[in-house]
Amino acid sequence: MHIQVNGDTRDVAARTVLALVEELGFDVRKVAVERNLAIVPRSLHAETALEDGDRIEMVQFVGGG
Amino acid sequence: MNAPFVPSAETASDTWTVAGRTFSSRLIVGTGKYADYAQNAAAAEAAGADIVTVALRRVNLSDPSQPMLVDYLKPDRFTFLPNTAGCFTGEDAVRTLRLAREAGGWDLVKLEVLSNSAHLYPDMIETLRALDLLVKDGFDVMVYCTDDVVMAKRLEDAGAAAVMPAASPIGSGLGIQNRVNIRLIVEQASVPVLVDAGVGTASDATIAMELGCDAVIANTAIAGARDPIGMGRAMKHAVIAGREAYLAGRMAKKMYADPSSPLGGLI
Repeated sequence: MHIQVNGDTRDVAARTVLALVEELGFDVRKVAVERNLAIVPRSLHAETALEDGDRIEMVQFVGGG
Repeated sequence: MNAPFVPSAETASDTWTVAGRTFSSRLIVGTGKYADYAQNAAAAEAAGADIVTVALRRVNLSDPSQPMLVDYLKPDRFTFLPNTAGCFTGEDAVRTLRLAREAGGWDLVKLEVLSNSAHLYPDMIETLRALDLLVKDGFDVMVYCTDDVVMAKRLEDAGAAAVMPAASPIGSGLGIQNRVNIRLIVEQASVPVLVDAGVGTASDATIAMELGCDAVIANTAIAGARDPIGMGRAMKHAVIAGREAYLAGRMAKKMYADPSSPLGGLI
């Protein structure tokens, strides 16, 4: 699957959002995912299929004021 | 033998409420600028904070094992107040906070739409617009604002859950530069008022509370101190002292002296 994650294009084996989070090495409970400007709720990660050209944003909480 | 200490009813129940959520600590701490998340967590504990502000950023794809904030500041110990730092438009703010809501269910949020400037004061026109969008999207919004008294009322009328005027520029540590405005904002407000930005040391927080603020937000004051844990503790006491002084009702200021010892009975 040829997609864009956090601004970088990459090839991934994952076919779903859940598989993608795991393939990239993250804990699904600690990140939030947006696919093509739409939030993908955690409950739907496993059943949301990726498509070529998808733009994914994967975010987490960090320190800030 | 001394009588046992019994906390008064006032101190036991001097909680504050924002958007239907009740908190006992009146000190909110930021999570930026610390040496590491462990120091951050220790400072937040020393400060006795219930709420911590957090930002939302892309994960580091090249290092998934990098320490994460949630591993040190646990979401079951603290209420996270996601902010919109880095958002310059209302649309960016909505997008960011929707992700924060998805990441942890947080819908009490801090709106900050900063100007692109050295002073970083918020752009109030864009802030007002962003507030409308967020309220429509179901968020409870605490709004970072300038100490403009008229604007603070407009924010409240537009549905802000709290108004949060700056003492002085973010990270400046210059303390409250306009006590008159902060007092006026407190007097007119029917939502909580928090001083947010510019607090530099304990006395700044005490003054904010003596002016009648409901709570104080401090980040650099603690993270930038020589001893952040010590300053976290100091800020905790400072907020309590200011709040108790406010509730106790200070003496009136006088133009001249008013002796404390009796004038009669001198030898």
